[in-house]
This record gives sequence, C-alpha cells and structure tokens, in this order.
Amino acid sequence: MNRWTQHNLFDLESLSRDEIELVLETAKSFKEVSTRDVKKVPALRGKTVVMLFFEPSTRTRVSFELAAKRLSADTLNITASASSLSKGESIVDTAKNIEAMNVDMIVVRHKSSGVPNILAKHVKSAVINAGDGCRAHPTQALLDLFTIQEKLGRIKGVRVGIIGDVLHSRVARSNIFGLTKLGAEVTLCGPSTLMPVQIESLGVNVTYDVDQVIRSHDVLMFLRLQRERQEENFLPSIREYTRVFGVDEQRLSQARKDVIVMHPGPTNRGVELTAEVADGERSVILDQVTNGVAVRMAVLYLIGTMKKDSN
Amino acid sequence: MDAEHVRRAVTRIAHEILEKNRGTEDLCIVGIRKRGVVLAERIRRVIKDIEHADVPVGILDITLYRDDLTMIANQPVVHETLIDFDITAKKVVLVDDVLFTGRTIRAALDALIDFGRPAGIQLAVLVDRGHRELPIRADYVGKNVPTAISQDVKVILFESDDQDDQVVVEERD
Repeated sequence: MNRWTQHNLFDLESLSRDEIELVLETAKSFKEVSTRDVKKVPALRGKTVVMLFFEPSTRTRVSFELAAKRLSADTLNITASASSLSKGESIVDTAKNIEAMNVDMIVVRHKSSGVPNILAKHVKSAVINAGDGCRAHPTQALLDLFTIQEKLGRIKGVRVGIIGDVLHSRVARSNIFGLTKLGAEVTLCGPSTLMPVQIESLGVNVTYDVDQVIRSHDVLMFLRLQRERQEENFLPSIREYTRVFGVDEQRLSQARKDVIVMHPGPTNRGVELTAEVADGERSVILDQVTNGVAVRMAVLYLIGTMKKDSN
Repeated sequence: MDAEHVRRAVTRIAHEILEKNRGTEDLCIVGIRKRGVVLAERIRRVIKDIEHADVPVGILDITLYRDDLTMIANQPVVHETLIDFDITAKKVVLVDDVLFTGRTIRAALDALIDFGRPAGIQLAVLVDRGHRELPIRADYVGKNVPTAISQDVKVILFESDDQDDQVVVEERD
C-alpha cells in the first residue's frame, strides 16, 4: 500500500496517478480534523516546517501554516524583505543556514521557475513548491482536483475550461498535468497573446471563444490576469480583455445548471469575473480555500512521515 | 474461534455493557478502524434487539495518533474519523478486535479526548492476546487467547473480509 515515493514536491508531472489519488484520499480524512473543536492531531509533532516566501502570498502561506500547525508541526515564516536576502545572501546560502538549525521541511515560493528544484539539490530537508514563477503550483492544482471531486463526485470525464492568462499561470500548468492524468478533458481559452505556443501537445484543446467554453463545460476555472508578470504589452487594455473574456451573470446563464465556477485567487473583481459571479451560487471559490488546508495537510503528512532511506 | 463463538462473544459483551452501565442512557460506542467498527456495529444491533434503544456509533481512525508513525516502513493510509455526536459527559465504549501491546488503545484514548471530555471510557475487545507494553486492560473481553510474541492473531469478520467469521493464531512468516 506504500504508494507515496516523493521526498519533495515540485510539480504534478512527477507524481504518479496513484500518488495524486492518495493525496486526495488522505485530504478527505484531514478535512474532518478542521471541523473539530480541537483542530489538531499529533501526526507531525516535533517536526519543523519553514515557509520561505520570496513572493507575496496570503492564501497559500496561511493555508500551509495552518496545515502544519493542525498537524502539530512547528512553523516559522521567512519573507524575503525581512531577511538577510535583502542584504545580498543567496537563496541557497539562506536555505543551508536554515537547514543547519535542523529543519524538516521547507515550503518555498519564488518568482523564478525551478528554484525549489535547485534548493532541493543543496539541502537534505524536504522541499515543497508553493509556486515557482510561471511553472508550477502543485498544491493549488491538488486542491482544485479535490474540490472538483468533492462537488461533482468524479474527475474522469469531467470537462474543465480554464479561462484567462494561461501564459503566466503556474496554476493552469499544474492543473493541466493533474487533470489530464486523472482523465479529465481540458480546454484552454484566453487571448492568443496569453496562450503558450504548442500547449496542445500537453493533451488539451485550445479555443478563443469563451461563450462556447461556458456552454459546454462542467467546470469553469478562471485565472487571474497577472499584470505584475506582464512585461510587454500583451493586451490592448484591461477593458477590452473584460469585454471579450470577462464573465458576468448574463454570460454565465448560458452554462449548464450544475456548472461550478473556480478561481485560485486573488480575484480581480470586475476583470475576469464580476462580483456577482464570484459570490454567486455556482462559485466554489471559498470551498477551494477550505479544501486547501486539508490538501496541504495531506501533502505535509505524506512527505513528513515518509520513511527515509536508511544508510 | 469460529463464527458461532464470535456471535456468542459479541452477544455476551453487549449484555455485559448493558449490565455494567444499567441500560443505554448516555451510552455510545466508538469502533477503531477497521474491524473494531464492524464489531461496534454488531454490538449496537444486539443492544437494539435487547433494549429497543439506538446507541450512537462512531468510527475512529487512530493513524495520526500512532507513536510509530515515522518508524514504520509502510506508511499507513489515513482514513476518515466519523464521530457525529458529542462525547462530552457520555459513557464511551471503545471497541477493537485484538488487544495486544495496548499502543493502539493509547492512541485511541488520546484521539477520543480531542473530541470532548467523556464521563468515562470503557474498552471492549474480541480477543485479548496478552503481551501488554502499557498499563491498559479491557473491561469486556470476548476471549483470552494465550499467544507467543512471535505469533499473529488474525481476525476475519464477514462484513470487512467477505468470509465467515474466524479468529486464528498463526506463526509469523
């Protein structure tokens, strides 16, 4: 039954289908823990988890911290601006120094792709990717998968439309790998300037007609327009983006009755979707946040209790 | 033990629970995954037949409370704990199939106490095989089975194993 083999978590490409399903199954058990009066189990007692965040984050950092605390691990936070990194120390040096204080797991977010992989080469602690550049955000995709399974009862055969700034979205990339591994049908939709070239080779459909996606899909996953990453002019204007790809109640009314609306947050209200849609009855955005804690507990638990190869 | 033995043992345990607690008031049963859950459900049914009263049954997964989580080679799969009633001020009967070192029960006691402050916790087991490593004893025992530490006690129950009930002592391979 020992299906978990990962010492680190970088992305969903490196997880087997069995491992993804094990995370989802384990997360189901952990969801119950957060509903208790005493929201704590002793599974990771005595373990230390460091959050090393080089990019701003509310949801993911709080979610990881709560997840670790509910497993009885000790946590500490390091943000780039308030550490020696601002004095010019390299990431690897910072991480090695943290590790020298006997830390078990490092949760890292960085604006450059591949930073978690580089860190893992230099430290023995487990490294968990909390988002690296435009590349991967594995725990977000896992919580999205968990939410789809919870709401629709299955993932296989579910039609998922991912709408928006696919080019800059690590959430989209991780979701594409996760969803296709579990047998969902994925359609990407967004401005052609924000659609990666040859993305179809990952086994997804691409369309530029958002109304067609809304009409024919079970899950509509909106992505945030990442203005901070857009160095060139990808769009004539935000207003034009909203007019062509933004979704309001009227547009959503073409969708199937049981459609679910997802967004990894933070939402640009009035850009990707209107406030009415974000708060509407089809929205599962806050369920995603709730499930995020359970899924991250599952990941920390699986990595934190894995038997290390004894030498 | 064959199916008849198991049936009689469960029936007797149910009677003893009722006798000791003078009925079903404030009584609840919590089974430890996975065969304790099957036994807890059987005890509930017997109690219903005798007293015509429904006793709430909960399911406890003790994986996260184990004292050997990072030591065992095969990472155990975590299953859901389901106790949808308040155990505070209740008399809780904890049910498991085999009582051995007592470590599972230690974990179960810790887990239960995270759910509330029961008036008391009692322990019912189908088999007590000895070799305790902790100061724990059972209040209700189906059968005391003397074993060597090198042996395994295998409990087969119809609901969980799809075979007729049976308890066998085997030499470990």
